[in-house]
Formats: sequence, structure tokens, C-alpha cells
Amino acid sequence: MIMETRSSVPINNEWDIVQARQLGRQISREMGFGHVDQARITTAISELARNIYLYANNGEITIEPIVNLGKKGLKITSRDKGPGIKDIRLVMQDGYTTSGGLGAGLPGVKRLMDIFKIDSTLEKGTNIVAIKWLR
Amino acid sequence: MDYTIKLSQYERMLAQYIEQRDERALYKGQKFSRKMLEQHVSPEDVVSMHIEVVKRIIPHVDQKVMDSLEFLLEVMIGYGFAYREHQSLRTRQEQLDAEIDIAANIQKSLVEGEIPSGHGVDIGVISKPAKKMSGDYYHFVQDDHSISVAIADVVGKGIPAAMCMSMIKYAMDSLPDYRKQPGDVLSSLNHVVEQNIDPSMFITMFYGVYHADENIFSFASAGHEPGFFYNHKYDRFEELVAKGSVLGLRRHSNYTEYRLDIEPGDMIILLSDGVTECRTEKGFLERGEIADIIRSEMHSPAQRIVDQVYYNLEMLQDFVLRDDFTLIVLKF
Ligand SMILES: Nc1ncnc2c1ncn2[C@@H]1O[C@H](COP(=O)(O)OP(=O)(O)OP(=O)(O)O)[C@@H](O)[C@H]1O
Ligand SMILES: [Mg+2]
Repeated sequence: MIMETRSSVPINNEWDIVQARQLGRQISREMGFGHVDQARITTAISELARNIYLYANNGEITIEPIVNLGKKGLKITSRDKGPGIKDIRLVMQDGYTTSGGLGAGLPGVKRLMDIFKIDSTLEKGTNIVAIKWLR
Repeated sequence: MDYTIKLSQYERMLAQYIEQRDERALYKGQKFSRKMLEQHVSPEDVVSMHIEVVKRIIPHVDQKVMDSLEFLLEVMIGYGFAYREHQSLRTRQEQLDAEIDIAANIQKSLVEGEIPSGHGVDIGVISKPAKKMSGDYYHFVQDDHSISVAIADVVGKGIPAAMCMSMIKYAMDSLPDYRKQPGDVLSSLNHVVEQNIDPSMFITMFYGVYHADENIFSFASAGHEPGFFYNHKYDRFEELVAKGSVLGLRRHSNYTEYRLDIEPGDMIILLSDGVTECRTEKGFLERGEIADIIRSEMHSPAQRIVDQVYYNLEMLQDFVLRDDFTLIVLKF
């Protein structure tokens, strides 16, 4: 079995985003994801880490291989104790962005991954879990 | 199309191009990209396919070139993001369009009422929205002694204007008995509008009543585009001028009631500013030109007159309607 340990990257500054990307790329490659999926997973991690950096200042990205009913997948968890998101439905809408980005952001991450769960409480923080299955 | 089929098709095309470098292969490439778009294949998948095919058909590619293609793949992920968002926004747009179509139908059924045909008056009406929904409104009521007519124009277009219009419709329906005094009708509507509508929205309205027994047309206007009175005796068009401020500007507004003696052969023409603000190559249409078009059709039935004026103005504007358009003709 490939590495069952999970790895975390604390996000405190912009360079930590690169650290998180690197970890995601490495694990997804080891798990046998193709180039395109590797790039997608890395981009998803990048977006989540960037949101921590921009809106919560500090947080953590955890990346781990998982197995569910014989299906292998890669699970990304983004956790922070930042300000939280007031209207989740609004930010999950396409076309909504504060940075003027192009279709990226959370709806983009949701589409890149197979499973996307978000939980956020004002003034408590934000938790996001995203999974990509290995085909 | 299955991935492996796509892959081998792409391989053949690319091989042909590398071999012959001819336009035919490029044309095939263009057709291929259309097909990929139809099947919602995103840009990074195309690049990935390209990389795979290059590895297969060009032996010993410089590793640096391969690395650069990997880099391109990474860059294309962002375009894939944008592409997928575009897809989903398009779906949402379609849903919105469908909703607006329904709303427009509801609105149409609100406005469309019976057009009176009694008291020897021949009435023609045409009302066309610039977009799907209209901010123009008209309304007729006929009883044993009179026909009343209202025409209103919400400043603005589209959905907000249409919503205001629905409110006017409701207010008109619940008007008390003095619906035969145009000045009072407008004061009362002014009050409703002032209290219920966003301060940035205004409504202009013309309200008139034809008293069939006395052959008198009484009317008042709340800042509405003046209509025309065709005086049959002198064979001339006169401006139907009436003073009064637009609805919703002040809490209390008074509206003067004007009166006209009507004789057989006379006509009253009411319009919204979408008619007079028709822009042609030469600039805004002169009101006189509209009167001229009406004159040339004057002996036709009222409905044909309005249809003809509309068609003529449409043509003058190259069939682009910039504002909601409503035109009413009453022939006595
Ligand atoms: N971890 C977080 N903590 C608090 N607020 C967040 C967090 N993540 C996202 N948000 C809020 O949700 C909004 C949407 O985020 P999203 O990543 O979708 O778009 P964006 O960051 O505004 O623009 P971009 O397209 O550049 O990513 C953000 O503007 C921010 O207000
Ligand atoms: Mg973001």
C-alpha cells in the first residue's frame, strides 16, 4: 500500500502555498494520477491555500491518500480559524469573486474535484474537504 | 466519442500535418476543435492529448521541449477553469431566459385587455417592448357613456420597469368612482407611486376620457409625451399639450383637466416616448414626421394606422427598437 500517513502544510505566508502545491503534486504522482489530474489537484490545493493566506491569514492544508470501498482517492483538507464565510451559497455561485479572478475560486475547485464539502462559521473559521478519485 | 478514438484521430491528423504541412490537415484540426468543444472537452485535456501523441509519433524529442509542454499543461488548467465556468454560466443564462419568458407572458396578459369598440370610436393599439419586458402600459375602460384611456411609461426599461408597471396596473384597477375625472385619477395614482416606488423611478402618464353623450374628450397628463389631436375641420395636427409633473415626484400633485370638443373625423393619437425617440440616420425623428406618416394612412382603420406607423419607424431605424414603443389611435 502506498503511504498511509497524512501530511500537513501550515499556511502562514505566500510561499507556503508553493509548499502545499509541492506536497500535493508529490502525493498525487505517487498515487498514480495522470498529468492532467495532478495539475488539477495541485490547482485546487493552490486555490484553497491562497484563500487561507488571503482571508484567514493562518491555517493548514492536509493531504492524504484514502480508500473507500476499494476506491482510492486523494483527500485535501483546508482548515483555518479565520473570519469564516457569511453567505456560502453566494460564494459558491459562478461568477462571484472579490479578486476579479477568472472563474477560479471555490466553484472552480468544486468542479475540479469529485467531492467538495464546505463548512464555515462566522468568526470561528472555515473547513473544506475535497476528494479526487483515482480512475 | 471515446478517449482512445479521439486520441488516434488526433494522432493521424498531427502525423499528417507534420508529414505534409498542408492546409488540409490544419482544416481537419479546426473541425476537430469544434467537435471537442461540442463534447465539452476542456483545454487542458487537449494539451494533455497533444503531449501524449507527440511522445508517440516523434521519437527522441528533446526533454526540454517535453518539459515546456508540461508547463503549458499547467498554464492551461486556469483556462479550463474559465471554460467550465463559462459552461455553467451559459446554463444559468438559459434558465434566466426561460424565467424571463414566463414573466413576459404574465406581463402581457396583465396589459392585454379588450379594446373598446363602442360609441362610434375606432381604436387601434400597438405596444412593443424593446427587450422582453415592457415599461409601457395602456388601459381602456368602456361603459354606457364613456371610454377612458390611459397610457403610461415607466422611466427605464426591462424588468424593473415592468415590475413598476404591474403596480400601476393594480392601482388603476382599484381606482374609486372618480375614474371619469382625469385630474383626480392622476393625483390619486401619484400618491400610490410616491409611496410605493423607489425614488429613482418615475412614471409618466396620460389619462383621458371620451364622454360620448357630450362629444367631449377630457384629459390630463403627468409629464407624459404630448399626443396629437387631428382637427378634421381645419385638416391639421395639433399638439395635445397638458401640464403636470411626473408621477412619484411629490407627495401631493394637482393635475389640470383639459377639454376638447370632438367632431366626427377627428383623431386622437397617444404615444410613449419610444415613438418620438426613434433615432434615425439623421438624428431624432421630428414629431412632424410622425404626423406625416399618420396623415398618409389617415383614411385606413385605426389598427392599420398604428401598424403602419410602427412598420415605418422600424424600417427607419433598421429594425432595432431602442425603447418600449406604444402608440394608440382613436378615430371618431
Ligand atoms: N478560508 C476562508 N476564510 C474566510 N473567507 C473565505 C475563505 N475562503 C473564501 N472566503 C470568502 O469567499 C469568497 C470567495 O472565495 P473564492 O476563492 O471563490 O473567490 P475569490 O478568492 O474572491 O477570488 P478568486 O477567483 O481569485 O479565488 C472570498 O472573497 C472570501 O470572501
Ligand atoms: Mg480565492
